[in-house]
Amino acid sequence: MASSANHYAIEFKGLSKIFGPHPDRIIPLLRNNLSKSEILAKHGHILGLNNINIMVPTGCMQVIMGLSGSGKSTLIRHINRLVDPSVGEVLVCGEDVVKMSRGELCEFRRHKTAMVFQKFALLPHRTVLDNTVYGLELQRVPKRRQVESAMYWLERVGLRGFEDRYPNQLSGGMQQRVGLARALTNDAPILLMDEAFSALDPLIRVDMQTILLELQKEIKKTVVFITHDLDEALRLGDRIAILRDGEVIQQGSCQDIVLRPADEYIMSFVRHVNRGRVIRVETVMDRTGPESAQNGVEIRAGTLLEQAASVLLSSQKEYLIVTNDQGGRLGSLSLRRLMGAMVSA
Amino acid sequence: MDWFWKFPHMDDEKLRTLRMGIDDAFRGFTRAYGDRLEEAFEPLRYLLIQSERLLLSTPWLIVILVIAALAWWASRRWSIVISSIVILLMIGYFDMWEDTMRTVSMIVVCTIISLALGIPIGILMARSDRVQSIINPVLDVMQTLPSFVYLIPVVMLLGIGRVPGLIAVVIYAVPPIIRLTNLGIRLVDREVLEAADAFGSSSWQKLRKVQLPLALPTIMAGINQTIMMALAMVVIASMIGVQGLGQPVLRAINNQYFTVGMFNGLAIVGIAIIFDRISQAFGKRIQKHQEYAHG
Ligand SMILES: Nc1ncnc2c1ncn2[C@@H]1O[C@H](COP(=O)(O)OP(=O)(O)OP(=O)(O)O)[C@@H](O)[C@H]1O
Ligand SMILES: [Mg+2]
Repeated sequence: MASSANHYAIEFKGLSKIFGPHPDRIIPLLRNNLSKSEILAKHGHILGLNNINIMVPTGCMQVIMGLSGSGKSTLIRHINRLVDPSVGEVLVCGEDVVKMSRGELCEFRRHKTAMVFQKFALLPHRTVLDNTVYGLELQRVPKRRQVESAMYWLERVGLRGFEDRYPNQLSGGMQQRVGLARALTNDAPILLMDEAFSALDPLIRVDMQTILLELQKEIKKTVVFITHDLDEALRLGDRIAILRDGEVIQQGSCQDIVLRPADEYIMSFVRHVNRGRVIRVETVMDRTGPESAQNGVEIRAGTLLEQAASVLLSSQKEYLIVTNDQGGRLGSLSLRRLMGAMVSA
Repeated sequence: MDWFWKFPHMDDEKLRTLRMGIDDAFRGFTRAYGDRLEEAFEPLRYLLIQSERLLLSTPWLIVILVIAALAWWASRRWSIVISSIVILLMIGYFDMWEDTMRTVSMIVVCTIISLALGIPIGILMARSDRVQSIINPVLDVMQTLPSFVYLIPVVMLLGIGRVPGLIAVVIYAVPPIIRLTNLGIRLVDREVLEAADAFGSSSWQKLRKVQLPLALPTIMAGINQTIMMALAMVVIASMIGVQGLGQPVLRAINNQYFTVGMFNGLAIVGIAIIFDRISQAFGKRIQKHQEYAHG
């Protein structure tokens, strides 16, 4: 089992959470498949999470999606134990968070996790710089190293020159960049983001997503990102888990979710997605491939359909030849097949 | 039908023995422990005498300069510095300098002791609902019980003098700082606290780096109120032997000296204004991060 600790940064095993005075009385009832509304009506307890099993690989961007009240915040708060589970295990970097003592938990939060909040949650009495060093200050890192590291990340999120301002002198987008810099300065392997961009207006939101994606290319942290917006989920996520009423109703890659929605509920979201910007060529290509490459144009696996279509149209060839990074052929994709994948459900 | 028209009270004989019993018990307690208590409060007496001596032995000009510098440091406003100087000069010119210094010394010591007791109690209250539900009624009693009532046992135990005066003033002045420390900490934004937790603050770090700084404006309001209440007790405290501006006022009441009463009363108002302006301006200055709106 030691190897699983290296492979998965975070594992939820049979995790359930019930809010109310006597959660222990409700736990046994969960096996009878009682729904959230029944538990509330008959027993006066709120079902926060029900039998969650999610494995997050190290270095992966895991998105948790769901509507308001589906239990997203409750789930992410189990990772650094801001919420105590009613039953189940939460393993982070191979350690069971639930079994930690107070002191161990403090150390764990200082070194293993960093969090970005929906409403920023900056310390209003501290300047941007002093907010950014907060995590290192708790770890008692020497002052010079704190400032050095904070200045580096403030620069990276584009806040150079704002170190001495107070949070309420900044716009929402800038405040959240402080929140991001504060989390990154902590240099923890796990980054928790609870609807970090939901309070921002659409343009700034896309900006922030871009910043995050670029940074993630180099820092390669394990990121748990919560959102209720499918476009955001598909843009950022390597893997997506969809929650409803405290239960996981589907998890998988973006392609899985868009191409094979598990039920009507997910289908109703997915219908509005621009498939050309989500689906990659290798997912829908014809694996047998054409005999000759004469009438085809080569394209790398991983290219999105929308971009592939424009390459194919401007090349005036008949089909795409999908290749891997070394140039080996994987399959082919005709214009007809490509257009079909972009529009049909 | 007698009981209907007249409240059927405890019979007189029993009531008298009850009162005498309690009085005797308390007198016994005083006899047994009075000396030891007085000894325990000796450091306080020493502190009071030393601070009074310091203020009285320092030349008046230097005292005024120090207070002016303090006003400038706390408020950064010339208007407050100048009005403080003018008030102090008037007080001196009307020959109330010594009494005023005695009162100022008393108020400063009482405030320091109230804060030293009140802020930790307020913090404990904020951390536990149980502690809050125990202390709140005690504070209610302290604030509503007429001060003469608790002067009696204090004087019986410790006699007349500075220390019983200080105890009476502190009992009267400490509730606001306890209440407002508690309130200030409880009002700190839940999300900010969650962030502090998420980064791994120990509870001491959370208190020192987040809760106290954010509660500071409220705590400053409490300090201001505590000072004002301490000043309000000056005349009553002079009844049990505290020297200062209260004693001439008391004499004036007994002998109907209108002008003496008026002058000394105005001197009390004058130092109240100085203390109030300085502490309020200081409270405002330390929350300057709330002044800027973004834009
Ligand atoms: N401390 C609590 N006490 C009682 N019920 C709670 C508590 N915290 C959350 N809940 C309940 O648990 C459920 C899940 O809440 P949660 O905050 O995790 O939802 P969410 O998916 O984050 O929603 P949102 O998108 O609005 O943030 C809700 O029904 C909520 O009412
Ligand atoms: Mg939430």
